[in-house]
Amino acid sequence: MTDGIIPTPLRQLPWSLLLLLVALGGFGAVILYSAAGGSLTPWAASHAIRFGIFLMLAIAMSRIPESWYAQLAFPGYVMVLLLLIGVELLGAISGGSQRWLDLGFIRLQPSELMKLVIVLATARYYARLPGSALRTWTGIWPMLVLAGLPFALVMLQPDLGTATMIAVGGVTVMFLAGVPLRLFVGSGIAFASVLPIIFSMLHDYQKKRVLIFLNPEEDALGAGYHITQSKIAIGSGGLFGKGFLNGTQSHLDYLPEGHTDFVFATMAEEWGLLGGLAVIVAFVLVGRWGLNVANRATTRFGKLTAAGLSMTIFYYVTINLLMVMGLAPVVGIPLPLVSHGGTAMLTVMLCLGIMMSIDRNSRIRGSL
Amino acid sequence: MTNPFGKKGQMTEAQQGFTFSRRLFFLGATQIGIGTLLAGRMAWLAIADNEKYALLAESNRVNLQILPPRRGWIVDRKGKPIALNKTAFRVDLIPDRLIDKDGVIGQLSAIMQLAPDDVARIQADLKTAAGFQPVPVAENIDWETFAAVSLRTPDMPGVAPSEYFTRFYPAGASVAHLIGYVGAASAKDYEASRDPLLITPGFKIGKAGLEKTQESLLRGSPGAKRTEVTARGKLVRDLATRPDMPGKPVRLTVDAGLQDFAGRRLGLESGSAVVLDCATGGILALASMPAFDPNSFSDGIGRLEWKMLQEDDHIPMLNKAMQGLYPPGSTVKPAAALALLHHGVDPEEVVVCNGGYRLGNRTFRCLSRHGPMTMRSAIMKSCNTYFYAMGRRIGYDRIAPIARELGLGQEFALPMPSQRYGTVPDSAWKACKYDKAWSQSDTLNATIGQGYVQASPLQLAVLAARIASGKHLDPFLIQGEQKPIRPLTIPPEHLAIVREGMDLVVNGEGTAVASRLPLPGIRMAGKTGTAQVRKISGAQRGQTGAWKYKDHGLFVFFAPADAPKYAGAVVIEHGMGGARAAAPVAKSLMTYMFNPEQAMAELTALESNWGGDVNSRMARKAAAWKSADARKSRADETAQGSVDDSEIRQSSEPDPQTMTPVNPEAIATPEPETASTPPHSGAVQHPASPPVAPSTAPRSGDPS
Repeated sequence: MTDGIIPTPLRQLPWSLLLLLVALGGFGAVILYSAAGGSLTPWAASHAIRFGIFLMLAIAMSRIPESWYAQLAFPGYVMVLLLLIGVELLGAISGGSQRWLDLGFIRLQPSELMKLVIVLATARYYARLPGSALRTWTGIWPMLVLAGLPFALVMLQPDLGTATMIAVGGVTVMFLAGVPLRLFVGSGIAFASVLPIIFSMLHDYQKKRVLIFLNPEEDALGAGYHITQSKIAIGSGGLFGKGFLNGTQSHLDYLPEGHTDFVFATMAEEWGLLGGLAVIVAFVLVGRWGLNVANRATTRFGKLTAAGLSMTIFYYVTINLLMVMGLAPVVGIPLPLVSHGGTAMLTVMLCLGIMMSIDRNSRIRGSL
Repeated sequence: MTNPFGKKGQMTEAQQGFTFSRRLFFLGATQIGIGTLLAGRMAWLAIADNEKYALLAESNRVNLQILPPRRGWIVDRKGKPIALNKTAFRVDLIPDRLIDKDGVIGQLSAIMQLAPDDVARIQADLKTAAGFQPVPVAENIDWETFAAVSLRTPDMPGVAPSEYFTRFYPAGASVAHLIGYVGAASAKDYEASRDPLLITPGFKIGKAGLEKTQESLLRGSPGAKRTEVTARGKLVRDLATRPDMPGKPVRLTVDAGLQDFAGRRLGLESGSAVVLDCATGGILALASMPAFDPNSFSDGIGRLEWKMLQEDDHIPMLNKAMQGLYPPGSTVKPAAALALLHHGVDPEEVVVCNGGYRLGNRTFRCLSRHGPMTMRSAIMKSCNTYFYAMGRRIGYDRIAPIARELGLGQEFALPMPSQRYGTVPDSAWKACKYDKAWSQSDTLNATIGQGYVQASPLQLAVLAARIASGKHLDPFLIQGEQKPIRPLTIPPEHLAIVREGMDLVVNGEGTAVASRLPLPGIRMAGKTGTAQVRKISGAQRGQTGAWKYKDHGLFVFFAPADAPKYAGAVVIEHGMGGARAAAPVAKSLMTYMFNPEQAMAELTALESNWGGDVNSRMARKAAAWKSADARKSRADETAQGSVDDSEIRQSSEPDPQTMTPVNPEAIATPEPETASTPPHSGAVQHPASPPVAPSTAPRSGDPS
């Protein structure tokens, strides 16, 4: 390797990924500028600043050796679990359901961080598990507890979307670790059969969301309003959209949550199908990069973690887009990097930082 | 123990790596797959369903406010407006723009002097109203109030004074039954068509008369005011406005001047007048009085005014010209005469009248001893004896077809909501209806237009027009709807004999010589009729007693007698005689057609005796009712109030027996104790209570 003018640490950065991220985050700022009626406040400027800070954080995290993350996986998991319990207790004391801790510059939702640490902890567990134990009870039950606890806690909040993502994050790593396939198939069938029971245990507003998802037009002015208006925004955008700052659904307040969960609809109305395809392709590329990192990773922890985190980001995007397009119930999952809101962006940036670290680790090993 | 993990196997590192790669590839494929699914779904929404969603987005964004169309005019034969649109002023509240609701309502009620009831209604309406669907504060306000409100609108956000159109009938009551009136659509109307125009504030549809039947022509199509609004209904900006398409005008055969004149000329009577054009059958006038003021309906009629109309025993809500049925009396003698001629009776054959006709042991009376009568003189003198004798000779079954040929019992194709077509009886009819044989006395009664015979004033006017023209005229109201005219089946020489007899009625020594036209060279021909309301009993003969038992006065006519241009009929309910009550009205109408100034001068003189023209009389009556109602509610509280109905009747109507003009003062300022009671109730309406003889009743308002 020749040393160029560019210093090695800079050259080693995954530039293609960073470009993608900046494109997504920047596009998010542009959309939020329009959502505020052509104003940097209250959303676009803070989004851009936060994005910049978190991106720096992610780059800084990439310099930390992968083994540190492996060491920190369990302590981190325990800490976040305690935070979750703390939030739950705080909510019980104050008599409401609180999901966040106010840290001043950001309202931290421990459940968001749990999406990340559940992947780390599961990966750590299976990385240390000897291959002989993989097909025994020992290979299963600790992980069921590890994922089951935070799932139960978040369901109590209640936050169906986040709880599901936590569980699915853990299960994804188990799947990658090589837990027998028939278990997934079997539990999938079992899950489908207990679905009615779970449904009956849901809160009324959650049930309503599911029912409305199944038939949004039935209550177009009431609870189905979100989905209906989101579909109108996306559908009326057409191929090229109505043009920047020309969206009526968002500007005239017909689209609720146009700057957070439904930011994709706000974008699609003004940028059309082309804008939407660009965002989808960008996220698919980010996912592909993550899976490539997993494929290249030299350690088992690195492989499992990179793939798990890549899938976590992918779940974010998928659930959000399915929701805004009317293919999933309204669950309150934002579109990472584009939606206004700190915690989801932080979580995704932490994921990316760890993945970049794994990437760097494998490159260093590879070059040795 | 069963092993849930199947075959017990140990995984080597290589196996683990292989499994991981396979599963990683599976997840990668899943990512691509779901990405494709999302892209497909989005393309479906944005391309395939784009039109649908673009429309939905547009209907979200744009609020349509309907601008009611201007209603088409109704004009007379010369294009003079009978019903038109008048600019009026209204004040609305726009809920979305209201900042200080109570303050604004307080200010408005001070400026506009709103009643507490109105304020309560506005408050209630505001609670249910959303966005900027206007809530009406007041309609049809005067210009001064409108100006006062307009001046202060900058200080009262949410108040919207505006101009709009309201229906206006310059002639007022005299066109009421012909034209009808407009009003807000009912919930039933809206449910039938689901047209949002119907529930637009201020929009009116035809509710009666021509306004109702010509609705589709008159309505027009609405304009639209488009505004961009937010989800909360906040106005962003005004978009392009589409103007309304005014309704089409309807041109009538009616002569607006004559129609108004006829309505006014009927004066204080309860009656109707119909005038037809002898050339075409077009209706020149169709008046029924008393009537209501259609203008007060178009603004929404008050409760009190409605009650007043409902309780009046002169039934102002009934179009008597088409829906009133009367025994036609002697007005059908010309028809009987034509039947006699048709069946070979020599018009010169003499019947001697000794004051009655004997059938078995019963005597059918005549009006007097007429002596020897031929056909012409029998028509002139209206001799019953002649028609009893001759009618009995041919039988009524031979007279009935001629009566029908002349329009009696016939329903005409007119654009009016309803008409009654009466009865022309014959033996088959009686057998069918009563299952009884036709008797000789039935023939005698029917021949002189009593008994089972019933006709409407419109039918009598058609009878006159057909005799006058010799043509089978069909009456019509809307220009261009004239039907083809065929000649009558009756020979012209027969018609000439009858017309001569009718000429003599007015211009010879007949029953209506007092109603000769005061015009040189123009003669009116006619036939009087006096129809009994109840059976002749003793000497009373329907000339005395309570108003509702008095004889009806009828008159059919045409003019000029030698070359008829106009024909018609006048019916005065309980007018006590065709010559006395109906013929003078016909004389005025015909005078008007040939010399309007002269007729108007005469009418003005009459009206000054009646206490002003019909609209001012009605306004005064309504005012008297209002104060009476107010006083009555006060009197009810103190359980006082002496009632003398006959007094009121005397003060508000002329003495029908003598036609002595009542001093206008009596109507203008009734004495307090008489005004404090409702005018029409008790003795007048219920025959059970003893009627006070008008001649002996005190004239309360007469200063002498």
